[in-house]
Amino acid sequence: MTVFLQFLFSGLTVGSVYALIGMGFNIIYNATSIINLAQGEFVVIGGLLMWFFLESCNVPFFAAIGLSILSAGLIGLIMERLTIRPLRTNDLLVMTMVTIAVSIVMRGLLMFKFGKEPYSYAAFTEGDPLVIGGAVIQLQTFWVLGITAACILGLYAFFNLTMVGKAMRACSFDPTAASLVGIPVSRMIMFSFILSAVVGAVGGAAITPISLMEYDKGPMLAVKGFCAAIMGGLGRGRGAIVGGLTIGILESMTAGYLHSGLKDAVALVILLAILFFRPAGMFGNTTMQRLKGH
Amino acid sequence: MKPLRLILGALLLLVLTASFVPAQEPIRIGAILSVTGAASFLGEPEKNTILMLKDQINKAGGINGRPVEVIIEDSKSDETQAVLAAKKLVERDKVVAVIGPSTTGESMAVIPTMTQNKVMLISAAAGTGITLPVKERYWIFKTAQYDMSAVEAIYTTLKKKGIAKIGVITITTGYGDAGRKALHEMAPKYGITIVADERYGPKDADMTTQLTKIKAAGAQAVINWSVGPGQVVVTKNWHALKMGIPLYQSHGWGSKKNIELAGKAAEGVIAPLGRVVVWNKLPDNHVQKSLLKKFVTDYTARFKGEPGQFGAHTYDSMQMILEALKKVGPDRSKLRDYVENNLKKWPGAGGVYTMSPTDHCGLDKNAFEMVVVKNGDWMLLK
Repeated sequence: MTVFLQFLFSGLTVGSVYALIGMGFNIIYNATSIINLAQGEFVVIGGLLMWFFLESCNVPFFAAIGLSILSAGLIGLIMERLTIRPLRTNDLLVMTMVTIAVSIVMRGLLMFKFGKEPYSYAAFTEGDPLVIGGAVIQLQTFWVLGITAACILGLYAFFNLTMVGKAMRACSFDPTAASLVGIPVSRMIMFSFILSAVVGAVGGAAITPISLMEYDKGPMLAVKGFCAAIMGGLGRGRGAIVGGLTIGILESMTAGYLHSGLKDAVALVILLAILFFRPAGMFGNTTMQRLKGH
Repeated sequence: MKPLRLILGALLLLVLTASFVPAQEPIRIGAILSVTGAASFLGEPEKNTILMLKDQINKAGGINGRPVEVIIEDSKSDETQAVLAAKKLVERDKVVAVIGPSTTGESMAVIPTMTQNKVMLISAAAGTGITLPVKERYWIFKTAQYDMSAVEAIYTTLKKKGIAKIGVITITTGYGDAGRKALHEMAPKYGITIVADERYGPKDADMTTQLTKIKAAGAQAVINWSVGPGQVVVTKNWHALKMGIPLYQSHGWGSKKNIELAGKAAEGVIAPLGRVVVWNKLPDNHVQKSLLKKFVTDYTARFKGEPGQFGAHTYDSMQMILEALKKVGPDRSKLRDYVENNLKKWPGAGGVYTMSPTDHCGLDKNAFEMVVVKNGDWMLLK
């Protein structure tokens, strides 16, 4: 039983990380239908900036969080202004490809600034790991889970209850119609990049004490986060958390009861299975997806 | 006008040719290193070390008055690039010997090129296949210790402590594969049983699942074989789980950065490390002490960081080549013969080498010190 619990907790720890990254994909997808493949880099930026402010500039904790969020938002804004906007195209594939290019450039810049070694800092709350039924769970895991939950609630409220949020969703459904009713589409797209950069960066800041952060961690994070987002249905906040946790727990169980060498195949097998059998995700509505045209 | 033009033309030619003839033709040494790409953490200290030694020798007057030039090719951690670089170095640049590549895969890939062209290669990678079978590796040497030697150093300690059942956890890269193979091969010889054999990916965030399995299998010690952030995560998880059994790391553990990142979780972790990491803990009469002291202090002064184990690999290959050049001159096959036959009990940064026609690495388990982490610093295990 203890062993099972330990596998479960380990899965939760990893799964919460995936979920948080999956969320970032959803925000930009919700506003633009672009899949931002530089999402993993936002996460890395969050972790490394947090280290920079905390350890290198010795800024107090909350100020460091604030500064990291601010800088990440700024980077999101610059990315959108410099790469997405000048394209003046509606071709989603082109825009998605541009995000790959951005991710490569960002990785290069991060390597120049931070070098190749991993970074870490103390967990948000000091203390021994919690022991439940003989199994241990790191306190930082609760932070990651809590932040994920808070992001989901906040984003749900934002997209469903505020005018700006609704306008952003409208842009995703049909940019032309949205601009006809007076929504500044390009500003909405810019907001969505800022927002997802911020969510990614907060995630990065939260997971670094657990997993460490180095300049080239982005692609791996992006793959797992993307699987989480797809599993839950792209664009669905709740979907990403269920998807992320499921993948994390399945990976851990596979490593525990089958073999740890098979673990990384799990996310990809799930991704393929979902794409074959439920292309709209576990919670998505396939008919609606077809009507939307992609 | 005509004679003026002629004179000017001649003058121009004269100036051009004059500036192209250097005072003394430099001796060229080649290096193929993973300066960028996945293995860049190897290539960087390796490159820095070579550049530093080159500057030092040239400042001291070069080899018998001739300056030394090192042509460093970046393999981008890629086998194909490594082979292209090897061809360029031996055919176009006409180097006298080649240092590197940084990884086992790239080293294996360039062996045919080097052998065909009859140029000595001193690899900085650890893989057993690089220098074995020695009959087919006439031109190939290496300065990195065998994984087998690191495993033997660990197993010797385990045996001394009466530990017979171990759990191994390895990273799914070439480094982890090689270590895992060596751990399995050497276990019977030391009367050790591997009760759990776990793996993880290079970017994994949590290994508690694997460690829990190892504990449940009744292991008396955990051996982790990896480089990069994975070894820190394993250490943190091992500490968090309060496993009650010791954690051994591979010789990849030898960076102060790891202790910094793992914090108090690193206390008590044991690893076989090259002396370059613990040079200041060595007794003063140790044969490697003075050269290590100079190497590490010079390196730190110039590059802000430690050369570590990887810097030590190219330090030794460069010193071997420079010594051979001084003794036998820039002749490809004489250089090879010198390295094979004349380096006996030769103190280097990675250990004390004894090269021979049957051993092209020249190091054994004595190249390692067993080191334990205590109060955030290395301590020699007594």
